[in-house]
Amino acid sequence: MVRIIDRRFDSKNKSAVNRQRFMRRFKGQIREAVADAIAGRSIKDLDNGESVSIPSKDLSEPQFHHGKGGIWETVFTGNDQFSSGDQINRPQGGGGGGSGKGKASKDGEGEDDFVFNLSREEFLDVFFDDLALPNLVKTQLARIQEYKNQRAGFTNDGTPANINVVRSLRGALGRRLALASPYQGRLRELQKQIAELLETRPEDDPEIIRLKDEIGILRAKIEAIPFIDSFDLRYNNRIKIPKPTTQAVMFCIMDVSGSMDEGKKATAKRFFMLLYLFLTRTYEHIEVVFIRHHTVAKEVNEEDFFHSRESGGTVVSSAIELMKEILHQRYLNGAWNVYGAQASDGDNWENDSPHCRELLSTAILPFLQYFAYIEITPGEPQNLWREYEKLVGAHANFAMQHIEGLPDIYPVFRELFKKKLA
Amino acid sequence: MSAKRQKRKQPLPAPGEWTFELIEAYHVEIDRVARSYGLDTYPNQIELITSEQMMDAYSSVGMPVNYHHWSFGKSFLQTEKGYRCGQMGLAYEIVINSNPCIAYLMEENTMTMQALVIAHAAYGHNSFFKGNYLFRQWTNADAIVDYLLFARNYLSECEERYGEEEVELLLDSCHALMNVGVDRYKRPAKLSLTKELTRQRERAEYLQSQVNDLWRTLPTQQIKTQAVETRRFPPEPQENLLYFIEKNAPLLEPWQREVVRIVRKIGQYFFPQRQTQVMNEGWATYWHYTLINTLFDEGLLTDSFMMEFLHSHTNVVYQPAYNEPWYRGLNPYALGFAMWQDIRRICEHPTDEDRYWFPDIAGSNWRETFDFAMRNFKDESFIAQFLSPKVMRDFRLFAILDDDHEGKLKVSAIHDEAGYRKVREILSDNYNLGSREPNLQVWNVDLRGDRSLTLRHQAYLRRPLSDAADEVIKHVARLWGFAVKMEVAHEDGRIEVLYERHQDRRKTDKN
Repeated sequence: MVRIIDRRFDSKNKSAVNRQRFMRRFKGQIREAVADAIAGRSIKDLDNGESVSIPSKDLSEPQFHHGKGGIWETVFTGNDQFSSGDQINRPQGGGGGGSGKGKASKDGEGEDDFVFNLSREEFLDVFFDDLALPNLVKTQLARIQEYKNQRAGFTNDGTPANINVVRSLRGALGRRLALASPYQGRLRELQKQIAELLETRPEDDPEIIRLKDEIGILRAKIEAIPFIDSFDLRYNNRIKIPKPTTQAVMFCIMDVSGSMDEGKKATAKRFFMLLYLFLTRTYEHIEVVFIRHHTVAKEVNEEDFFHSRESGGTVVSSAIELMKEILHQRYLNGAWNVYGAQASDGDNWENDSPHCRELLSTAILPFLQYFAYIEITPGEPQNLWREYEKLVGAHANFAMQHIEGLPDIYPVFRELFKKKLA
Repeated sequence: MSAKRQKRKQPLPAPGEWTFELIEAYHVEIDRVARSYGLDTYPNQIELITSEQMMDAYSSVGMPVNYHHWSFGKSFLQTEKGYRCGQMGLAYEIVINSNPCIAYLMEENTMTMQALVIAHAAYGHNSFFKGNYLFRQWTNADAIVDYLLFARNYLSECEERYGEEEVELLLDSCHALMNVGVDRYKRPAKLSLTKELTRQRERAEYLQSQVNDLWRTLPTQQIKTQAVETRRFPPEPQENLLYFIEKNAPLLEPWQREVVRIVRKIGQYFFPQRQTQVMNEGWATYWHYTLINTLFDEGLLTDSFMMEFLHSHTNVVYQPAYNEPWYRGLNPYALGFAMWQDIRRICEHPTDEDRYWFPDIAGSNWRETFDFAMRNFKDESFIAQFLSPKVMRDFRLFAILDDDHEGKLKVSAIHDEAGYRKVREILSDNYNLGSREPNLQVWNVDLRGDRSLTLRHQAYLRRPLSDAADEVIKHVARLWGFAVKMEVAHEDGRIEVLYERHQDRRKTDKN
């Protein structure tokens, strides 16, 4: 008659396909939301999803309905004051649920934006999409952590293959000793008594025979203690620990002179974020040093780095100088992998550029894993570019890229990745 | 109730946590009582699901299987968000009008709630689905799940063949017309899976042969067309827009016509539900209340069970007054429950007033009257027929006339001797699909000229179309393939063109 079915363990995510379709359809809006989110986020904050809001107008599913206006006659409940024929003022602005328009509320519904949450994976997906990353790299980056197996003492259970013989037998021996010790004590006592008695009495004395019997029983009991018990087994323990175990420091250097507008800064930010993301895959602990400069350089926090406005000329070497100083003071004790990322529009004070190259080449690049420079400018490369070009051949850990839009960022990392993937 | 109560049986245990054995035990008792009241139902299939599966079911309009579309993803996200933020609870149950009748019970429910839901869905709604004339005419409980399966497979086949994008755009357009895909006064043919498959193949072949025919250039053809040209097309205005497009849109390919048909058929399946909210919910609520109370009177239920049950029941039938902030119109559960209870009262203990208003049913056998009312009415007629002065007084119903040409609103009638009939008439009209939704017709196709399609909105009480109509017209134009005009016929006889959409021909040619 009745069938009761437990569906709770059926496949989940029946709606996953519909969700994907939804995401695909509103890719434009989602991308915009992600761009906004990136502008507002710390460059280290890439492990969270994001809530995306889409104007509900955009995703309405239109149907034929009545609009406001015309004549409507509607029944309400809870009459507390009206009689037939009463004239009443129209309620203002839909205040109170009981507004006079039966249909108005229907159309007015859902005027708010439609908000939903992107998961971390979906967020990164969109982030990567913008940057035109190859798929292999995407999976490398999106993977949360790599683990390696490591020994970590012994446990009481495990697979037979992992039995540690020495430990197990040592445990068995200990157990046997411990369990037998009361019997052994008694045994020694009895043997002593027999020895004493034998001095005065013959061997077939009933007392001696009784003692001998007891000794026999005790020996049997000691024999009966199992040689090895499942309780004794010890197994080698292996635990998984996250692979990245080293630390890195990342220098972000950005030109904040008057010619770097917000758009260029936003591009620079993506560049820094991406480098950061690369590093998080390889290193457990990462410090970020923010240096911004115009004619003088200053170490600042992230907030000031991206958002405070400065203007004036540009002396890039001031920043390189400061980087060198910080590098030598704090990070050259051998415990750090050092990365550098510089973003500028390349418009440097003419005589300063050779000095920059000199500094990088002698005092910085030898200590660095990698240094990437991006020049964000729509037109011809500027003088800093021309100087830096000379570094490319000489140093394998130096990369530079001229950037007009976001998709140009990735090639900077290609070199870096070739190494890491190999 | 407590006076009648006899303690002769051991009450069923009512722990917070349900078990399958308990659900079965409760079902046995509920089933026994339901039979004793003569409820006629489809066999039941009770399925226990998680809250996430409930959200899945929500987003595919409560169907166990459905084709894929972004709009379902959207509603899933909406439900999920509302649920996670605690803004809304999920329904305790979803019930599907199928044979066997599938009722989803949520895993989070307590034992009491599961019992309530079984009584409500598996006996209340189920018997309504089986008995009510609208459901009998418009839906086919035996075939719906098979049909949905057919639809999903067909659409995924189309996606493979013609691309997801193409199918999605087509579905968007069809969804926009989903609620104008019904002939209100014609009864549809019954569905069956095998018939559906052969029919679909046959029609595709036939249509293809017709297309080939177009390339024949015989002189007789021309004579024929001339005869047609003088005729009006369609000869009578049509209200079923989707059907008209399915049969007559010039540029649709066979598979596209099939998709239009699928959306139309599924839309049609929901047509009775839209018209029987008060009756159906009221009926189910009445029966869960009655069945559970009967079990309690038999001593089968504990007091703690009843306390929790009554708490939920009271929430369900709560009706705020018009001036309270959480007023959202009449609560169909509250009104329906009150009306069914009232009908029973009129049958069993009629007053003079009842004898005057309801000479036919006052003092009659309540079970027979219930059966008659449940089978033969929809909200509109049910209210017109059975809403009693007592219920109007209890709800303190009053009607407001809102004329946008007048400065003020007018109270047109209240719950008094002079107003009963008027209030009832207006309330009945509020539930009339015909006046609630705009009256649209396929008016004309310009066969001679540019093949443009003209839709006409027959205005009623100066009610205009909402702005979304412009968007819908774009969808109509996409399906029709040629220009589409939307005009409104005012009550004073004026005809006014509201929107006009031209379909980009190059795009259509590509299809």
